[in-house]
Amino acid sequence: MGPINPASDRLSVSGLTLAYGKRTVQRDLSFSVRHGSVFAIMGGSGCGKSTVLKSMIGLLRPTAGTILIDGEDYWAAAEERRAQISRRFGIVFQSSALWSSMTVAENVALPLQMFTPLSADAIAVLVRLKLSLVGLRAASGRMPADLSGGMRKRAGIARALALDPDILFFDEPSAGLDPVTAKRLDDLILELRDGLGVTIVIVSHDLPSLFATCDDGIFLDADSGTAIAHGAPRTLRDGCDNPTVRAFMGRERLQDGRSMET
Amino acid sequence: MTVRDPEWRLEQAGPDAVLRLAGDWIAQDTGVRDTSVARRVLTGVAGGTRVRIDTSELGRWDSALVAFIEDLREQRTAAARSGHAFIIDEAELPRAARRLLALAAESEVPAAKVSEGGPPVSLLSRIGSSVISVSHGTVAASALVGDVALRSGAALTGRLRSRTGDVFLLMRDAGARALGIVAITNALVGGILAFVGAVQLRRFGTQIYVADLVGIATAREMAAVVTAVVMAGRTGGAYAAQIATMQGNEEIDALKVLGIPVRDYLVMPRVMALVAMMPLLYAYGCAVGLVGGMIVTVSTVDVSSSAYIQETQRAITYTHLLIGVTKSVVFGAVVALAGCYIGLRAGRSSADVGQAATSAVVVGIIAVIGLDWLFAVCADALGI
Repeated sequence: MGPINPASDRLSVSGLTLAYGKRTVQRDLSFSVRHGSVFAIMGGSGCGKSTVLKSMIGLLRPTAGTILIDGEDYWAAAEERRAQISRRFGIVFQSSALWSSMTVAENVALPLQMFTPLSADAIAVLVRLKLSLVGLRAASGRMPADLSGGMRKRAGIARALALDPDILFFDEPSAGLDPVTAKRLDDLILELRDGLGVTIVIVSHDLPSLFATCDDGIFLDADSGTAIAHGAPRTLRDGCDNPTVRAFMGRERLQDGRSMET
Repeated sequence: MTVRDPEWRLEQAGPDAVLRLAGDWIAQDTGVRDTSVARRVLTGVAGGTRVRIDTSELGRWDSALVAFIEDLREQRTAAARSGHAFIIDEAELPRAARRLLALAAESEVPAAKVSEGGPPVSLLSRIGSSVISVSHGTVAASALVGDVALRSGAALTGRLRSRTGDVFLLMRDAGARALGIVAITNALVGGILAFVGAVQLRRFGTQIYVADLVGIATAREMAAVVTAVVMAGRTGGAYAAQIATMQGNEEIDALKVLGIPVRDYLVMPRVMALVAMMPLLYAYGCAVGLVGGMIVTVSTVDVSSSAYIQETQRAITYTHLLIGVTKSVVFGAVVALAGCYIGLRAGRSSADVGQAATSAVVVGIIAVIGLDWLFAVCADALGI
């Protein structure tokens, strides 16, 4: 684990403990996410990856520990201030979480209508741009229910990009996608990082995606309830001695033919 | 193809034992062995014995055989726990069966992870927990009511963080689209009141007062209550189901993370729509109820329609109408709030959506009737 440096890190977490009622999910997590990096929160099903994400985006208050966003304590901030900080986040939910009563374009437009003084025409231009970035311009008038899984995911990304976020969070981006679509999504994630300069945090257990996209990360373990390894997924695969991590990374060979060895 | 019954026998062979399996172990044809069979087979196997499974006479097999071996394994584990461990040699089992058994053992989730029940909870703590949960619920419901009351000012000055289009859509849904069902129920209730009144008052020759009975009861009580009950079933339940579904799809999370206030975006438009539509529906229901009463009265007792209308005009005062309108506004707010509150507190599964809709309807109806009773008590105390 690299030293925590709140001044230069986009996001830094220390001593984070998370619980649902009396059940502790993860404890004493410490890690930091550098500007412009793609950070992975890895681990098997049920280890608490999504719970950690929830605490970082303001949906679950930690029982202990701090989360600093650009050096500012996120959970110590007043609710109003926390909402302001959250507006610099873009979140792509596992189920995409598109508002089902609105078209794709309306989904992307809503944050802009709510939080910017822009005119309807300006918003329409921005919406077209965001949808073009994810290759969905032609589907702007369609309802979420009419889209395929991959398209919904892209629409979710376009909505997450609406307010030009500094940090993009992805919860299981490749869940439910075929290998080809998942590969395209990985490419898109990297393009967004390079093109927009955003910092990206990905929660996933999909190894090909993690190897392809992430340059740093943390490995959570369900049994010990904390992080058991830090580092880029590829580094962990090639050099981690922890048997749980090795067993997890070894599953790559058993996965589909989507090799990311580029 | 003839089916041979499955057979099993344990033979002692020196220090070891052989469990000979024969016949067809097909679940559909020859059934599945009870757990007690494995227990009986292995009873008396001494600790340290190696039990070799012999399958030289085994015929066809399927899950029935695998289940039997699983039972044997469980017996072995139980025996090991009680201090006389023995070994079961499964090497002769068909390869496919061994793979299935390995898979079954591998996919087993450790017991510690499955059961998180903890020690049994005493009655006193259960009562305590439910009281705490009820008090939390009451606080949360009061907070929502308070929030909505505070945001009403913002709504009136157009500072609400919601889309105007949504409010109009909700108004159409709660208003125009409910006209049919509101008309049917109120006409029938008006007719029923007239029937009851006509039968009783005819005996005294005062059947003209059926108009008073129907008019006052409809304007003051029935139109508001019946319309609110219908709306609780139709719209309150729908609000709860919509919001609970959004909960399950993470749509509410998406709103919260963006900082879009859920009460502005989801609750206020629904409350506003029902509060705006309920007085109109009340007026409409009232008119239809009076017509229903008139039709029944004119056709069953000797009262002309013009006499009925005149008597109705005389009977219904502005006070009655004002009480009815006030009730309808309060009932509208209560039904919408109950639907939204229950929807927001719903879980994330599809079963939770159904449960939320049901609870919203039940709570809505009980709240409407309870409040109507409160209105009656207050009106009596005030002498109006």
